[in-house]
Amino acid sequence: MKVLFFGSLREQLGTGELNTALPDGVKTIGQLLQSLQAQGDEWKLALGTGNVLFAVNQDMVDADTTISDSDEVALFPPVTGG
Amino acid sequence: MISISVQEKDFDTGEEYRLLQSGNTNIGGVAIFTGQVRDLADNPLKFMRLEHYPGMTEKSLQQTAEQAEERWPTIDIRIIHRIGDLAPGEQIVFVGVSSAHRDAAFSACEFIMDILKTSAPFWKKEQHVDGNSGWVDAKDVDQQRAERWQDSE
Repeated sequence: MKVLFFGSLREQLGTGELNTALPDGVKTIGQLLQSLQAQGDEWKLALGTGNVLFAVNQDMVDADTTISDSDEVALFPPVTGG
Repeated sequence: MISISVQEKDFDTGEEYRLLQSGNTNIGGVAIFTGQVRDLADNPLKFMRLEHYPGMTEKSLQQTAEQAEERWPTIDIRIIHRIGDLAPGEQIVFVGVSSAHRDAAFSACEFIMDILKTSAPFWKKEQHVDGNSGWVDAKDVDQQRAERWQDSE
């Protein structure tokens, strides 16, 4: 699946895109967020703030939204446009 | 009719207004909001960098405009949001709504801005004159302004 990062998350993680298989046991985007934090200290620091928004296939969604390998998933900080 | 544009180039508010007010004699009024880069007195700004999520941005703005159309009897809605590096004083955003009567135009324009602020995937990073930079934090007041549309008109 394709996981995109934006804003300060992209900068902190040093990447805007991750291509990965859906990890075992991960069914929701909230679980994916937990799983990604195990990748290393900077991942835990960036993604463990409790202040991450989710999008699946370019729609903003809640943490309990289920995801599959064919989805475009995005994680980003609260938006600041306008 | 809904028109959405996410672009680097500047926009001409006069031209956007003329597009909104002309061509339909049922229009009784047009409400417009424009936003621009504000400088910071205590920490002068060189420019503001606006990043977005291509694809989702346009989809999100389209959905917000469609929600406004469902709630109020609007005629035309035009939304422009700029991206890239914008200096203090430069325009960032344009929201214009035409309708038969002012209440729909005012309300729809305010609704679109409030929802855009909390739903459209844009992120601002400030680049200061002194060389420092930092991401802009989302404000609680913007969340509160968006939430008040959930239970009232």
